[in-house]
Amino acid sequence: MPREGILVHNPYERMTKEQVRQIHHASMQILTDPGLISFNRRAAEIFASNGAEVTPVSSGDHPTWLVKIPEKLVLHALDSAPRIVKLGARNPDNALIMNGEEPRVYFVTGSETNIWLDVEFPTYVKKSDPKIEIQVPEFHPRRGTVADLCQSAHVCEHLETLDGYIRTVNIQDKDITEDNKDVNKFFASLNNTTKHVMSGLTSLSQLDNVVNMARIIAGGEEELKQNPIISFITCLVKSPLQFVEDTTDTFMEVCKRGLPVVVSSSPQAGTTAPMKEAGIMAQINAEVLAGITLGQLVNKGTPVLYGSVPVRARMDNLDDSYGAVETSQYNVDCSQMARYYKIPNYSTSGVCDPRTPGTQSSVERLFSDILVTLSGPQYLHCAYGLLECNSVFCLTQAVLDDAHFQMIKFFLRPARIDETEIAESLKQIREVVATPQKLYISYIRRAMRSRQISPPYPFEGDGEGDNVFALAHKRMQELLAKPVDHIDRATTARIFEEILGLLRRQVDGLKTEG
Amino acid sequence: MSEEIIALLKENVIQGRKTIEDEGVDESLDGTPGVLELTQSAIEKGIPADEIIMHGLTAGMQIVGEKFAAKKYFIPDMLASAEAVGRAMDILKPHLEASNVETRGKFMIVTVKGDIHDIGKNIVAILLKGAGYEVNDLGIDVATEKIVEAVREDKPEYLGLSALLTTTRVVMGEIIEALKENGLRDKVKVLIGGTAVSDEYADEIGADAYCEDGFQAIKKLDAFQAAKA
Ligand code: B12
Repeated sequence: MPREGILVHNPYERMTKEQVRQIHHASMQILTDPGLISFNRRAAEIFASNGAEVTPVSSGDHPTWLVKIPEKLVLHALDSAPRIVKLGARNPDNALIMNGEEPRVYFVTGSETNIWLDVEFPTYVKKSDPKIEIQVPEFHPRRGTVADLCQSAHVCEHLETLDGYIRTVNIQDKDITEDNKDVNKFFASLNNTTKHVMSGLTSLSQLDNVVNMARIIAGGEEELKQNPIISFITCLVKSPLQFVEDTTDTFMEVCKRGLPVVVSSSPQAGTTAPMKEAGIMAQINAEVLAGITLGQLVNKGTPVLYGSVPVRARMDNLDDSYGAVETSQYNVDCSQMARYYKIPNYSTSGVCDPRTPGTQSSVERLFSDILVTLSGPQYLHCAYGLLECNSVFCLTQAVLDDAHFQMIKFFLRPARIDETEIAESLKQIREVVATPQKLYISYIRRAMRSRQISPPYPFEGDGEGDNVFALAHKRMQELLAKPVDHIDRATTARIFEEILGLLRRQVDGLKTEG
Repeated sequence: MSEEIIALLKENVIQGRKTIEDEGVDESLDGTPGVLELTQSAIEKGIPADEIIMHGLTAGMQIVGEKFAAKKYFIPDMLASAEAVGRAMDILKPHLEASNVETRGKFMIVTVKGDIHDIGKNIVAILLKGAGYEVNDLGIDVATEKIVEAVREDKPEYLGLSALLTTTRVVMGEIIEALKENGLRDKVKVLIGGTAVSDEYADEIGADAYCEDGFQAIKKLDAFQAAKA
């Protein structure tokens, strides 16, 4: 049994059918005029040998080619890309089955933040009345480490609404190099959660090491195919409309191995994409379709996700603004486009602009979480713990986010109105009206026990003050203290024997825990 | 045999099941007789009413109170149990005199003239009945003269007044004055409640106690009972 996620019965859509067609046609036009610039030779060659019009643009250190992709090629690719993509998991009950036609949402972490936020609660004394003391959350940013990534995977394993794990934090320990980073980040994640693990790849040279590790854990080559416990994200297209040299290589290699991969594009409206909705939508859609087409040309039928991370620029400094209302509009539109093509959508919500948790972060994340979920993307990433536009991760914030996804999931339960419910209600109404007190209270319990009543906000304090952060932090520590199912010792030993570059301390920690 | 019924009675009070049709806190008792059926068969088996009350109903309620205090139970659980006990007391009432048992006291409750809010008052009534008080609910929007009359006739030890409007709470003071005028004030303790009133307001109008909710009412009543003894 895969995870359930939440099925959105009537997904919210902004565009009319006609507008969807208009975006599609605009994207098709973009793919031939102006087309894409490819910094990747192999990609250009593959497109050329499949009937695209490819012309060299410049030579030298960074040769480039202009690639014009005809609609026929794109439609062909859309035909062969699977509608149903399975993301496996170490615990098979945590597998995710995504159907491009079914708006069932899975909630996932992201991204790869440089900064990890520690939280402390120092005590402040009121100047005018020193008897009064309060605890105020204080946030301390620092560079992320392997230990942080393990901790975060551990806590995420226990977050009820969280369906899959994208490595949250960039590991920057002194002994982490380009050559051992990938194996260590995948191992840290896989060893501390039994949910699906997705990540980008730092170095293509590490791809086979990572895949081999996954093979050992899954129990063999065929087992990994049936239960792809890992998958990859690649930003092969840089906006506007450029195939990047190295990530395109990585993407093609992942496709060759048949593992699920996200074709992700992240244009910024105002700087790397047009400011207006029609413009950014036509462009991002062209970019993602170009990537999907390449993937299918490399390996027909390879599982891909329509990856959309559109954002609007901040007007003051031209940074990404995930808190901008338009960012949610674009994401909702992309989810609709992906559904039109029947390809599972990797979408974005929850990220906020401020650097620390607080009122602004709560408002911005909840706003986008609700709206983007309602649009029914299959894989909603970045949804836990992210701050300051993907550059900061806070585990306490992730615990808070879990609480509001519980609310969203509860809200999306289908209406329970049918013959039986009506009959039961009428009986209740008649019974209660005949009593002297006229209260329905005795029926509350039945609904409560059968989980038909949404639980109270879990971080509501006893007193008058807002104690939400302190309570969420306590909850986070409780989850950290709860054990997780690590990879068993024999398998771990084998991984350490066969895969080079893994840090010993990743399992020394295991020893002290066990 | 009788021990078994009493034990079941206690368990059903804890589960808040009135009748065979009710669901409890969990499914363990589903489809078995509830507090009302069990009380009936206990009487038929000749078990004395005081034993039914002490070892069945009150013992069960005691545990419900503990669970509520420990936040394992919510108000609906507490009320379900209280309601079951209250209804069982109705069944037991004719048998009480025979077994020489006294209730904890008569409690008259009413929402004052001009005020129709009664959710809180009704909850308090259910809780007090479940706690063993004999509750007489006069209803809502009841004229002061009627209340005085009822006190004279029924002789309750306690009179509970409810008001949720700042415009109707003044009636509470008038009721206390009217009780004085009719020589009844020292015969009855007056408790007031509702969002419009407070401890200070109780002092101001000379009521005996203000209660934030039904649970506080039970505590204050217990204190009055203890002072009496
Ligand atoms: C529900 C409600 C109604 C319902 C009442 C339904 C009913 N069957 O009772 C309806 C919609 C009918 C209603 C009508 C009105 N309402 Co109204 N209502 C409320 C509301 C939202 C909740 C009250 C409630 O039931 N709470 C839940 C129960 C469980 O709590 P409770 O009543 O406080 O009771 C607990 C304790 O107080 C205590 N307690 C209460 N009584 C007693 C008595 C004793 C003896 C003891 C020991 C303990 C005790 O124990 C209870 C259990 O824990 C309140 C808001 C509020 N914050 O209270 C407004 C409120 C009381 N209503 C208000 C108003 C203005 C009105 C109307 C005048 C509106 C209008 N313009 O028509 C009318 C009143 C008509 C009238 N003549 O009475 C105002 C009063 C403001 C004021 N001036 O003081 C309030 C405060 C809302 C507001 N902020 O504006 N109302």
